[in-house]
Amino acid sequence: MPHLDAAFNLARWLLRDKSNAEDATQEAILRAYRFFPGFRAGDTRAWLLQIVRNSCYTWLEKNRPQEDITEMDEDSMPSDAPSPEAMAIASHDRERVARALEALPVHFREILVLRELEGCSYKEIAAITSHPMGTVMSALARARKQLKDALAEPQHRTKEVRRAV
Amino acid sequence: MPCDLSSVQLRAYLDDELDAVGAATFESHLKSCQECAAVLASEKALRQTLASSELYERAPDRLRQNVLSGLPAPVAKSQSWRWVALAAALLLAVLLGRELLTVLRGQSDVTMLASAAVDAHLRSLQPGHLTDVESTDQHTVKPWFDGKVAFAPSVRDFSSDGFPLRGGRLDILAGRTAAALVYGRRKHIINVFVLESQPPIAVSNSGDRHGYRWLSWQKDGFTYVAVSDAAPDDLQRLRELFLKE
Repeated sequence: MPHLDAAFNLARWLLRDKSNAEDATQEAILRAYRFFPGFRAGDTRAWLLQIVRNSCYTWLEKNRPQEDITEMDEDSMPSDAPSPEAMAIASHDRERVARALEALPVHFREILVLRELEGCSYKEIAAITSHPMGTVMSALARARKQLKDALAEPQHRTKEVRRAV
Repeated sequence: MPCDLSSVQLRAYLDDELDAVGAATFESHLKSCQECAAVLASEKALRQTLASSELYERAPDRLRQNVLSGLPAPVAKSQSWRWVALAAALLLAVLLGRELLTVLRGQSDVTMLASAAVDAHLRSLQPGHLTDVESTDQHTVKPWFDGKVAFAPSVRDFSSDGFPLRGGRLDILAGRTAAALVYGRRKHIINVFVLESQPPIAVSNSGDRHGYRWLSWQKDGFTYVAVSDAAPDDLQRLRELFLKE
């Protein structure tokens, strides 16, 4: 079963929950094969990820009205980025990075997962998300900026708490 | 962005989206522009953080089972079509005479080896089947093939280019001994099958089968067939690394 990992990984980060991601992935794949039973050639990955993405968005709409899934706007390009030093200090702790990623709006999560975890090209991301390439580029830039800001935030809170106890 | 070059170019460079000329132009700009260098370093640091955090989550085995049991059996169906097509082709060939038969045989050889490679790739993904010798060290993997295959495949680790060597395996493709080199690409597995090109071997350059892609090339008397579900560009890149070496 090709691209099952890719499908699950995308669903997991979009839905932020493993068991919901399992359901969404299974449903999307079965739907994909039901509607296109003979489909085998071409870029299967982009095609499957597109279907998984749509399933996830439907799921989010139904189950989490508080999730902001409004389409992204085009203004506000990122400006200053935190220094590499700040980033390095920001720890390689998986939990912390995962939480920061999960805290991003769904459009930012999706684009970072497709680009950084799945290694999709701009063209593939544009095909999967049905956004123009320019939008993909600017959204990716803003997503990176937000994630960097989140990771660069100092972790003093936990220390203070520990000291207080 | 205070720098003259747009941030679009910087990000396209970061994401490998510039062509060779664009990348070279940007690299020479980078030498003289501290602003761009700083932004690029910061973007790379973020990428490094994401990469080292091991965020990728593979599908649980349970899901794999559920999906497979829920699917109709398209493989068997296409297989039977293949046989029908082959039978029809053979019948036609017999009717049309010997010369045409030779041509058709040549063509089916072309896809047969690639199909065998994809099947071998699928088999290798079964638990415990991936490698006979598991090592990221090319100096361990290469000598392992001594005495097992009648040729010395060149084995290289491409970790620094994002294709870490994971090990090697012995395989038989369409009745011919092949050295299978296993590489990782992000979370994907790439099998590179190495066969002697003599006696002559016919294989089509690239194609798809069951959603897996293969890419084939020749070098120094060897035929290479790379198979994976990684992005098509990744196979191209690996091929270039092999050819460059």
